[in-house]
Amino acid sequence: MEHIVIIGNGISGVTAARHIRKLSNHKITIISAETEHFYSRTALMYIYMGHMKYEHTKPYEDWFWKKNRIDLKFGFIKNIETKSSTLYFEDGDTLQYDKLIISTGSKSNKFGWKGQDLEGVLGLYSKQDVDLLETLAPNKEVCKHAVIVGGGLIGVELAEMLHTRKIPVTFLVREDHFWDNILPVGDASMISRHILSHGIDLRLKSNLKEIHSDENGRANAVVVEETGEVIKCNLVGLTPGVSPNIEMVKRTNIETDQGVLINRFLETNIENVYAIGDCAQQREPIGHRKAVEAVWYTGRMMGETVAQTICGNRMKYNPGHWFNSAKFFDIEYQTYGWVFPEPNEGNEHFHWKHEDDTKCITIEYESATNQFLGINTFGIRMKHEVFDQWLTEKRSAEYVMEHLKEANFDPEFYKTFESEILESYSERFRMA
Amino acid sequence: MSLAKPDSQALSKTQKFGVAIGIIGLFIMILAFFNVDFPNKTLFLSLSLGMITVGTIIFSNNAYLTKQAGIQNDGVWFKSIASRGFWGWILGIVLTLFYIVLYFKAEWLGLAAKGEANSGLVALFDPLSQLLNGGPASQWFVYGTLYTVAILVFGYKFMLKYRKNRYEQLRTVSVMFFQLAFAFLIPEFMARLNSETFSLPYYDLKNIWPLNYYNFDKYRVDSMIEAGDIGLAFLIFGIVSIFVITPILTYKYGKRWYCSWVCGCGGLAETAGDPFRHLSDKTQVAWKIERWVVHSVVVFVTLMTTAVIYSYLGNDSSKYWLTKDVFLLSVAGLLTIVFALVMIFKRKELAKDAQYGAIGYFVIIMVLIGMHYFSGTKDVFLVKSYTLQSSYGFLIGAIFSGVIGVGFYPIFGNRVWCRFGCPMAAVLGFQQRLFSKFRITTNGGQCISCGNCSTYCEMGIDVRAYAQKGENIVRSSCVGCGICAAVCPRGVLKLENDSIKGRINSNDILLGNDVDLMDLVNQR
Repeated sequence: MEHIVIIGNGISGVTAARHIRKLSNHKITIISAETEHFYSRTALMYIYMGHMKYEHTKPYEDWFWKKNRIDLKFGFIKNIETKSSTLYFEDGDTLQYDKLIISTGSKSNKFGWKGQDLEGVLGLYSKQDVDLLETLAPNKEVCKHAVIVGGGLIGVELAEMLHTRKIPVTFLVREDHFWDNILPVGDASMISRHILSHGIDLRLKSNLKEIHSDENGRANAVVVEETGEVIKCNLVGLTPGVSPNIEMVKRTNIETDQGVLINRFLETNIENVYAIGDCAQQREPIGHRKAVEAVWYTGRMMGETVAQTICGNRMKYNPGHWFNSAKFFDIEYQTYGWVFPEPNEGNEHFHWKHEDDTKCITIEYESATNQFLGINTFGIRMKHEVFDQWLTEKRSAEYVMEHLKEANFDPEFYKTFESEILESYSERFRMA
Repeated sequence: MSLAKPDSQALSKTQKFGVAIGIIGLFIMILAFFNVDFPNKTLFLSLSLGMITVGTIIFSNNAYLTKQAGIQNDGVWFKSIASRGFWGWILGIVLTLFYIVLYFKAEWLGLAAKGEANSGLVALFDPLSQLLNGGPASQWFVYGTLYTVAILVFGYKFMLKYRKNRYEQLRTVSVMFFQLAFAFLIPEFMARLNSETFSLPYYDLKNIWPLNYYNFDKYRVDSMIEAGDIGLAFLIFGIVSIFVITPILTYKYGKRWYCSWVCGCGGLAETAGDPFRHLSDKTQVAWKIERWVVHSVVVFVTLMTTAVIYSYLGNDSSKYWLTKDVFLLSVAGLLTIVFALVMIFKRKELAKDAQYGAIGYFVIIMVLIGMHYFSGTKDVFLVKSYTLQSSYGFLIGAIFSGVIGVGFYPIFGNRVWCRFGCPMAAVLGFQQRLFSKFRITTNGGQCISCGNCSTYCEMGIDVRAYAQKGENIVRSSCVGCGICAAVCPRGVLKLENDSIKGRINSNDILLGNDVDLMDLVNQR
């Protein structure tokens, strides 16, 4: 029986722990400095919005951990001594491990803006961030205006959150359209219009220059780089993405770059030390994937994989077809396979948008062979299983369009748009 | 909890106006309750019901039509009334008191003794009762009217709230229709048909045994038989409903065809009860209690009905073929066939529950045998079988379904009765779990474990526990309301009727993973 210690109780660390328990009798300890129990980070927004309370975001009841013999330790690690396999806690405590999994997740990016550490400036990543938001912006009387900087998934979530408390929001986005560094322009512009339709003051092509403070050191305005405009506000949300949370690891002899460097077996340069989830960085990126994948689903997959390795079945991290999802206010987004903002070389896009401006799809396919490469779908739910299969079978775009009905996952009695989409797809080829 | 209450949850001016109109409407009834004798009852009753309706419509329009169609759960946990706060408790107490008075002190509502005129609240409803059935109102007429109005006006509100979702809208139209037509109007018209020479029990035809536990009582069966062909048709319909129609529809669509499309209890829970759906208890302990309680109720209602019918049947087979013994044997035979079939074909799906099923079966059979040996003509085990029934009626029919079931909406959520007490739901649930095409499908690996589905499940099912493993949800308690699928932010859940094969999968099927890894994960 070995002692497996996991730093971080997010989805990747907890998945690893659960699977190690399924496969073995090892002693397992999860360390966290954020919350005592595992909760779903993706659900943080719903606490502030009043859809759920913190307790509802915990996927397992509190008795689960003891019953499955997973020890939970609340504490902050200040150093790892790999030679003696010892963890040093900030409060002076130490812990010995046989195998160590680093799954410390991400932290919010800050790009050295003047005033970025003022009171009233925050990111949105942890439970502490949401607690802080609750004190800084409990209602529109205390927080009369908020500015969000950075047009990613967290930025739009924060805008939606503040909107539920009727706090006016100005949303500074660097790109020409919201998230168009990821989404093709048709998709990105529809989402931009949707954000505007909710009364968010979305400012495209706008960067932050600096944050001003009042005499008490509290943020009270931001300055826009492009125009020099000064926007008065009580709250500044900095959401220009996340990066690996590895300050502590950098002090050790575990090799790091942006993240903790790992090979395909999720092993670091030090024997018996692994890294998974947001904090890990592949030495060689896998396919079109980024070297650091800060996604819920990939964290979960890495957790499952590392559990196999630790329990004696050394296994490569070998993710299947790419997929992801998000929600922009009322519009759900799912993606399967790869759709790039601009078609990759030799590829083309087909874009269809419903006239109500809340539903659209974009598919990417190879021009020469018509092979289907990926789909973005907005406002229409589609089946993961079906697209996974079509991607594996290397189906043509035409086949996908003709069989799109089979992939529909909308609730019963919903209006369907497959024939309209097919019509539009065929039209394009008649024209050509 | 934050110190400063998010004031965005405060009502708008228009909403306040709507609430005020509705409260004035209610106030007219309160005045009537305190014996204010309104000069023109037709006018004041219309005014009262009209203002309640108009108030709710004004409120709903302002609350939902001013926003884009989408999920409308903002601030649910900040509202006092919807999060077991002060107003939640007040509402719970008022409703509970109303039910207690309704069931046990109807004269306080103004119900007259025989031959006298009604007073108070009941008298306010006399004009409407006269119009529909030709007689004065009773406390049940008052209750039925209010119940129907509640389903209609809150049904309207619900349809606006979920106007993005056609499944929710259609099933709400359905419960509104069944309440208005079947539960409210048709029985009143049937009552009108009755005369001194013709008597037929008039009732809500969609109320099926065992929900309608008194359906096979002697007086009812007698009157149905005496009413000739039409009465006999009702009797046969009552039997066919539970033994033929119910299994077929449940096989095809799951128990939702009844619980969230037809049933009146479900109708109220889904409309007036909707703002409290998230208050259901999701713990595993609650699930365990639920299964013991609800299945005990089924055993009880089966035995009680058997005892009641047994008590009025004869012993002489030459007079009528259905004698006490033939009846007992057929009940035992039927149960044995069901039990044997389940054990032979569905053992695997039942797993640990099989022993509990066996215990339940064993108890029933032993009691049936006991009934044969230890019963007289009118009593079973020295207890009058109608005493058995009246205690069931008191405990389950009144206390559980009314006082706790509705009175405690703001405390335990809106489906307490359906989940813990309804024998019909348990019978349908048993069929749904084992013999149905219905399931909630999860969408590959897309679940982010956020917990919206579990939070808003009125039956207290931990939907997320299945979704995050990529497992289908096949739970006997699921009433198919579809809210889990509606509130899911990532399009992970879908209610479906599909082939039986592969319906119950207890595997982790999370797509997007390495295929070999998934095989390994599923080895146990």
